[in-house]
Amino acid sequence: MTCLQNHTDRIKKNDVLLVCTLRNERIRLPYFMKYYRDMGVSHFLFVDNDSDDGSREFLIGQGDVSIWHTTASYRKSLFGVHWMNALARKYCHGHWTLTVDVDEFFAFPFCDTRPIPALTDWLDNSGLRSFSAMLIDMYPKGPVDAQPYIEGQNPFEIAEWFDSGNYMLSTNWEYENLWIQGGPRARLFFHNDPFNAPSLNKIPLVKWDRSYVYLHSTHMLLPKRLNKVYDSNGGEMASGVLLHAKFLNTFVQKTEEELKRRQHYAGSREYLAYMSRIKDDPDLWCNWSEKYINWRQLEILGLMSKGNWA
Amino acid sequence: MTVGFVMLVHTALDRAEQVARHWASHGCPVVIHVDRRVKKDVYQPFVDSLSDLDTVIFSKRHACDWGTWSLVAASQAASELMLDRFRNVRHVYLSSGSCLPLRPVEDLKQYLAARPMTNFIESVTTEDVPWTVGGLDAERFTLRFPFSWKKRRWLFDRYVTLQRKIRYKRKIPDGLVPHLGSQWWCLTRQTLSAILEDPDRKAYDSYFKKVWIPDESYYQTLVRLYSNNIESRSLTLSKFDYQGKPHIFYDDHLQLLRRSDCFVARKIWPQADRLYTTFLNSDSNPMKGAEPNPGKIDRIFSKAVERRTMGREGLYMQSRMPGHGQGHDKTSAPYSVFEGFSDLFEDFDEWLARAVGARVHGHLFDPEGVEFAGGQKVFSGALSNHAALRDYNPCGFLTSLIWNTRGERQCFMFGPRDNQEINWLIATDPNAQISVITGAWAVTLFRSNRNFSDIRREAARLQRIEAEHIAILRSQHVKARVRIWTMADFIESRMEPLQAIIDEIGPRNVRRLTEAPKMRDLTGFGQFLQNLKNQGMKPHLMGDFPMGNAPDARPRDSKRPYLVK
Repeated sequence: MTCLQNHTDRIKKNDVLLVCTLRNERIRLPYFMKYYRDMGVSHFLFVDNDSDDGSREFLIGQGDVSIWHTTASYRKSLFGVHWMNALARKYCHGHWTLTVDVDEFFAFPFCDTRPIPALTDWLDNSGLRSFSAMLIDMYPKGPVDAQPYIEGQNPFEIAEWFDSGNYMLSTNWEYENLWIQGGPRARLFFHNDPFNAPSLNKIPLVKWDRSYVYLHSTHMLLPKRLNKVYDSNGGEMASGVLLHAKFLNTFVQKTEEELKRRQHYAGSREYLAYMSRIKDDPDLWCNWSEKYINWRQLEILGLMSKGNWA
Repeated sequence: MTVGFVMLVHTALDRAEQVARHWASHGCPVVIHVDRRVKKDVYQPFVDSLSDLDTVIFSKRHACDWGTWSLVAASQAASELMLDRFRNVRHVYLSSGSCLPLRPVEDLKQYLAARPMTNFIESVTTEDVPWTVGGLDAERFTLRFPFSWKKRRWLFDRYVTLQRKIRYKRKIPDGLVPHLGSQWWCLTRQTLSAILEDPDRKAYDSYFKKVWIPDESYYQTLVRLYSNNIESRSLTLSKFDYQGKPHIFYDDHLQLLRRSDCFVARKIWPQADRLYTTFLNSDSNPMKGAEPNPGKIDRIFSKAVERRTMGREGLYMQSRMPGHGQGHDKTSAPYSVFEGFSDLFEDFDEWLARAVGARVHGHLFDPEGVEFAGGQKVFSGALSNHAALRDYNPCGFLTSLIWNTRGERQCFMFGPRDNQEINWLIATDPNAQISVITGAWAVTLFRSNRNFSDIRREAARLQRIEAEHIAILRSQHVKARVRIWTMADFIESRMEPLQAIIDEIGPRNVRRLTEAPKMRDLTGFGQFLQNLKNQGMKPHLMGDFPMGNAPDARPRDSKRPYLVK
């Protein structure tokens, strides 16, 4: 990993940081940066896995961005986890750190009126060091590539639908985290093989300590106690979501590319499943799909919770 | 005459400066205590920023720790300075750096001027305090607490346990009756000076130094010695969550705070720009002279605590995953399970939908796939009808379905051919209404076009499964509302049990059932059972069927339905 731009000396004491690994996401970057800057992220740490679409060039020169470049294998780095852990250990110690992909948009209770630092201050006050935000796959009505995404656009103007209540939960006793599967991907691509449906549980916001590591994407961490983001006595802890803007027109070409590269989890079986389905019937929408309005809707549906934050 | 503010400050000094300036410029003297932990390069600019105001002065600094005497010492020093330096002060208001005035200062002055001898301090005896942290109330005053609760919890707890074991008890000074309450008070000069100038103050101070969280009990107890004019409430709106931490106010609380009519609120998030600009710049108050009314805010915060501790029944999600046997409902709403009914009746689904106006599904747990109402492939919440998805987590499938359809009662068919994994869930769920006609599955076998040896094998299998299911429904752990009839009993008095089930489902079905579901033709069913017997099987769940052609379908007086719980 070589450093192309290091502005980490500009990180101040209570800054919220964002760590992101990317490859060829140029078209998504402007909106991504705006979204998280508006939410109060103070510094971005990027790992560029050898983009050739100008992503790197776009980021270099921005004052709140530090960026590293690598040509190494995404698969061998455990899908970016090693890179992320290395950066976080060095630069994120003592900071609230949000680890997301370029197509993941963090939403949390009161996010329309309160920035991320309001949340992290409250978490600090409550003695919490990690915050759960499950992945919600968002999709358009009609074929995923019917409406092309335009640079700078809010992706959820196109992908504005989601599955509100078909999520399957179980406890992974080894690491004490919850394992969540479901949503449109399980419903359409893995209905005969639900065990292999993608995991949706994520813990992307952590008050980082150099002794912490992510184990598998941001699905779980060590030490184990950071995975205990849920109450098992009936109460609700506060939680958010990551709105997943994967299913846009960019998805079809990305799928083809990823199938060539074979750099994704479990032999890219996810992408194989997508490909076979998207070719026949590219519509993820169904009669019971829910149209996204705001975080309050997700709260009422029980996908996230305010917990005791009011 | 005016009110003077004592401010205890340790962070967000820029906000403290704003508020102090606001008070001072409206004719209220301010004495500020800054935690000694605040570094000099932060403290000095803060002092300088207020140097243009001669009614803002700074008191001797103490290093402050939560729940310790240092907070009382700080407020004593600052209060003495206030009484000494500002003779025109009649009331002294204790506040913190994260307090924000919600009403014009003039309003507060008038309010206090109208009550010149009243002390506003929450002061409650220990028996009446529900909010204590760590379960300590009376013991705060009789044990010793040399270890920090926040930093050395383990030692704190051990030391408390030890003292309880050896029955250690400190003596409470004569004449003191321990009282507790919010540490934010507003006292008259007369009362406050009496506390601070008491000849026994040394003895009291040395006693309270070892009381736990003395800032919630020192003034609250002593004030009872010197004044009979006590309004036991705080003028500062301050709410605490279930861990005893103060709730924080943000910009989106603006309207709520405005309507609360409280004079001062805490804590305000330091970056709540809109709150600070709004409340520090408005001098008009539509609710002039009104009494504080924090009711709405109370409700919001007590709901938050309830959500954190109780949660929403029947919801399983990323931050709520109740374990088994936690004494909570397993599902979010009542639902009905019908077993054997669709075997026995031709059009049971439609009949039931007409009779109760609920959502009536077929066999949700059919091995071939989920039979959602109306044959839909996807149902509420985007649940899929694929058997593999459902069977991956059958209990989760059911709890999701019930959660997704809140507000509409769900009914579904069930039987021994279906996935049995939900057995214990429904049996132990108080929301479940389970009605079983045992042995009715045999009717479907009887009508099937299969070789008799296959039928015989299948009958044995289904009978075994249903017997296990019934055993669960009759176990002592059952919380569901369960009704079980043998097929023979049920046929004898069809309408009565049906009416009982329907009545229970909804009060809107008050009228009597006029139409019964149509029973299948059972001609030859008795012989069919006999054939099974002849083949060496013992069909026992159906009850006693005569060998004759058809069972007697005429209604007759018969046994009451078998009702468990």
